[in-house]
Amino acid sequence: MEENYIKHQYAPILPKKDEWPVVKLARERKEFVKKVAGLSEERILDLIGKNPEILKEELETTLYREKLRIKQNPWDVDPDDEGPFWGEVKNSLLQIHSEVSLSNAKKLEAYKAVLSKITSRYSEEIASNFKATHYKFTRRVVTYGFSRLLNAARVKGFGSLFSNQFSLQDKIQITGQTDQIRELATKGTIVMVPTHFSNLDSVLIGWIISVLGMPPFIYGAGLNLFNISIFAYFMNALGAYKVDRRKKNLMYLETLKTYSKEAIQFGCHSLFFPGGTRSRSGIIESRLKLGLLSTAIEAQRANFQQGISDVSGKIFIVPVTINYHFVLEAPSLIQDYLSQTGQERYYKENDEFSNSYKISKFLFKFFTKGSDISVSIGHAMDVMGNYVDEEGNSRDKWGREVNTEEYFISNGKVTVDAQREEEYTQMLGKRIVEEFHKINRVFSSHLVAFVAFELIQAKNDKMDLFDLIRLPQEDLVVAYEEFKTACQRVLDQIFELKAQGKIDAAPHLYRSMDEIITHGLENVGMYHAKRPLIKNKDGNLETEDMSLLYFYHNRLHGYGIEKLF
Amino acid sequence: MGMALKNSSKSRPIGVIGVGSFGTAIANMLAEKNEVMVYARKQEVVDEINSQHSASGKLLNPKIRATFSPEELCDSCGVLFLMIPSAAFLEVARTFAPFLHPYHLVIHGTKGLAVQLAEGEQWDTVKKLRRNQIMTMSEVIIQETLAVRVGCLAGPNISKELSNGQPAATVIASKYNEVIQEGQRLLRSEKFQVYGNFDIIGVELSGVLKNIIAIAAGALAGLGLGENAKGLLISRGMVEMAHLSKALGGTVSSVMGLAGIGDLVTTCNSPDSRNFTVGYRLAKGETLDQILETMEEVAEGVNTVRIVDAFLKTAGIRAPITENLHRVLFEDLSIEEALQFLMKYPFSVDVDFV
Repeated sequence: MEENYIKHQYAPILPKKDEWPVVKLARERKEFVKKVAGLSEERILDLIGKNPEILKEELETTLYREKLRIKQNPWDVDPDDEGPFWGEVKNSLLQIHSEVSLSNAKKLEAYKAVLSKITSRYSEEIASNFKATHYKFTRRVVTYGFSRLLNAARVKGFGSLFSNQFSLQDKIQITGQTDQIRELATKGTIVMVPTHFSNLDSVLIGWIISVLGMPPFIYGAGLNLFNISIFAYFMNALGAYKVDRRKKNLMYLETLKTYSKEAIQFGCHSLFFPGGTRSRSGIIESRLKLGLLSTAIEAQRANFQQGISDVSGKIFIVPVTINYHFVLEAPSLIQDYLSQTGQERYYKENDEFSNSYKISKFLFKFFTKGSDISVSIGHAMDVMGNYVDEEGNSRDKWGREVNTEEYFISNGKVTVDAQREEEYTQMLGKRIVEEFHKINRVFSSHLVAFVAFELIQAKNDKMDLFDLIRLPQEDLVVAYEEFKTACQRVLDQIFELKAQGKIDAAPHLYRSMDEIITHGLENVGMYHAKRPLIKNKDGNLETEDMSLLYFYHNRLHGYGIEKLF
Repeated sequence: MGMALKNSSKSRPIGVIGVGSFGTAIANMLAEKNEVMVYARKQEVVDEINSQHSASGKLLNPKIRATFSPEELCDSCGVLFLMIPSAAFLEVARTFAPFLHPYHLVIHGTKGLAVQLAEGEQWDTVKKLRRNQIMTMSEVIIQETLAVRVGCLAGPNISKELSNGQPAATVIASKYNEVIQEGQRLLRSEKFQVYGNFDIIGVELSGVLKNIIAIAAGALAGLGLGENAKGLLISRGMVEMAHLSKALGGTVSSVMGLAGIGDLVTTCNSPDSRNFTVGYRLAKGETLDQILETMEEVAEGVNTVRIVDAFLKTAGIRAPITENLHRVLFEDLSIEEALQFLMKYPFSVDVDFV
């Protein structure tokens, strides 16, 4: 095997679970939720300049949207008392409105009371329900269950079910700066930012974190995942807090940000998918949702404000890419993408990853057949995007030490400047995208999909994407020799980029081109009913689903390799 | 933490790097309200400033102190004004880089572009440039130093008029409100208005691109053409600037502002301007080499024409004034032929960018 990937056994960095920040947070859950509610309230009042009229408007908007949501888009996880709660809010607002004689100050007080109720409710709703015992149980189940499946499939003969020859780490390779992240996790607070292609990512990352011997990270998981009982259990066990993407009102968003910021300051390692939702197009996220990212910057500044200038108060941003041959949801993701780009329309959050049966079926296939996954851990950065060394010191391009605190200093002291931090968030977002591209690990399947799509496009250069997708099957054939030559050209370019540190490549790309192509064809979107790319009986290549081919091709978008065609 | 926490900037001097005519004018304006420290490379210039309060003959406010130590300047000052010609910009940025911290606010007043060549490329033979090979001065600062809170100063600011205390205005552009406000606080006076703009790239580009049109304006004057021609040039020049700025990442609205049109009109009407002079002498029959030989300070526009012309080759847009000036300056087209070509160029629409 040329895949000289070494399985590591990572000792836990904090053996006693009482010391885990996430356990401490769970212990203090009640006070923490209260604190977040209070701070969110303050934040919102600051944002609206303590103006009772604006506050009233915001409350009314929130009320209206929440009622609409309850009516139009209800989910299983929604609590039963939602209707009554918002009914009460409505009554309170009507009552304040009817009291014409109230002074402005009194009015503000009355509206504040309503606001306070809402932020308390949101804060409680967002907060995670982490239980250390569940966590340990889940971890054992996942590891044990998965490795049983794996060995049953790969080791032949009687007793295979109990063989330990293969572990999950054969299936899911962890590469990159694993030692650094472990080291830094003992020194400061980690904020992990992975790419997001599949709902499986959340569970996968949870498992990776535990394999690396790190205490659980808290993370914002889409509330839709809690609709599915099996996921809900995992999520709670892994320290997830809930992000409800249906709620886009100011109060909810500010409470969510406050929760994230306070948890980071509390010392909880955190994880967010900075792309927001899964990449619909299969392209590596290039525009990030900056809302949660800004909380990392805020938390860092707040630590400096409180005088915690040593490494214990430092926040480390760690980009991670997850590389798949196969994304279960690809068909519906790309359909979403196409209908969104093709024509503006209302997009409703719902999922094909919708029931436990489908997921179990997928997991079974995944563990019993091929299709490896690799997770690349990137180099840690400070919140300004400077790389950090093993001690947690920031370094500039020339290796000189940088004091991160100085980015927040005006006139000699740390100051709060929302506009400045907004810019910093943008800069950090750009840096994360850059790092994603650098650590992205090219698989054979990405290569073959990319080349096949580009060749078809080059032959039909007058057509846009939508025309291409409507092409009849017989126009979607690529001759093998032509394909092979093009693959070699693209691979050469990938290796050139790799030499410049701009991309990473899986070890199987060092085989012969025929082998790479075979490997790629076997793996690309392997469990889809319609395969994105297959070899036909003449030995040439054709696609059964052009849009899926486009999806897998997109993984290599953003490197300028298209220019070869 | 060092100097940053020990000293509050209220008592800290404002730094000015470069004592050319613009640098001196700005230093004097800053010195009306603040303590100012200037940096000059040469010991004798530093001595001249400290003992005689003048820099190469230009009078300086007696409160201004000078140093030739980049370290001293950076340690003493929280706000720095970089007032140097673009040819020296990269070198100065690198000289100061070891001493610049993330807490520094840096505002520059340089109207030029820098070029980053791929490995093995030579500037003399480069024909094509992509946007990521071209840097505005703020991009140079961010790339070369740890400073991030960067701003620029641009607008119709003829040094002589500023020194005489005639009324004028400028634009401070920065992505950071903090930088704009600090710049306004430091420079604003009864005779000097300071506008803010968040589109720093657009403002920098306006100042840079107008130099191209200024050369053309000089050429028109040298040919003895009248005010109609000048009006035509300024209007078409503005359209070209708007398209170029957009292609390079600025907004059209910045071109419409003080740093764009404002500066364009001023420069096209000031025979003292170096860019104008280049065009004027070209029209009188001198070659570029002859002109450059006798000019003390660089005419930024000449360099800008080359860079923008090389950019056009990758950007897929046309910019007739720039392209024809390039042919006049670096190929063998005569000014008369270029003018004829421009008069025949099919501009079909008056304004096509708003």
